[in-house]
Amino acid sequence: MAMLHTINKSPFERNSLDSCLRLARDGGSVLLIEDGVYAATKGTKVADKVTAAMGRMKFYVLGPDMKARGISEDKILDGIQVVDYGGFVDLVAEHDNVQSWL
Amino acid sequence: MSVKKFMYVNRKAPYGTIYALESLEVVLIGAAFEQDVSLAFVDDGVYQLMKGQDTSEVGMKNFSPTYNALGDYDVNKLYVEKESLEERGLTVDDLMPLTYEDENDDYKEKPSIRVVTSEELSAIMDEQDVVLSF
Repeated sequence: MAMLHTINKSPFERNSLDSCLRLARDGGSVLLIEDGVYAATKGTKVADKVTAAMGRMKFYVLGPDMKARGISEDKILDGIQVVDYGGFVDLVAEHDNVQSWL
Repeated sequence: MSVKKFMYVNRKAPYGTIYALESLEVVLIGAAFEQDVSLAFVDDGVYQLMKGQDTSEVGMKNFSPTYNALGDYDVNKLYVEKESLEERGLTVDDLMPLTYEDENDDYKEKPSIRVVTSEELSAIMDEQDVVLSF
């Protein structure tokens, strides 16, 4: 079953990203929203573990939440796809279920 | 009344919680009391100063331009912890170029943001009379 995982917390303040990566099954997708978008940026102390997880799951980041926080697309890790609100809806529709890591 | 050293410590990212906006409101109110005010940005607090914030698509107020006004209220010591920037892959160039006019130096425009190490920030915190955390 393909699950869509959403993460809305900063990886530097909460362990939502770690718990998601530990428990999510291969073949699912991760969508980074709100303060979760910081996990999608280059050069951070969590970038290596995000990149490593890309081998088994697809990664997306919500563009409007990036823009609000002053993060431009060139700061996003290679392999993470930027989506808008319509893309968020498409991801929800394409997956069997959604799990929110709050 | 003697002037006291007030430091506001900011440790939260903007928008995800209300802390950053509330801190800024309190700093602006506190500025009216003409105390020696400084701000510290550590952990996710450094994200408050990111340049190019554009909240038009999230339906929230972009309060980042307000940091530009701090200099006019004699709030011109914004300490940013170097270690927090580095953990997040950021440099001072990713932050807003905030400045103030130095009345003791012919109103020359000077940068308000000072990147300091943990060690330096620790010493600055130790000098404070009042520390307020957000």
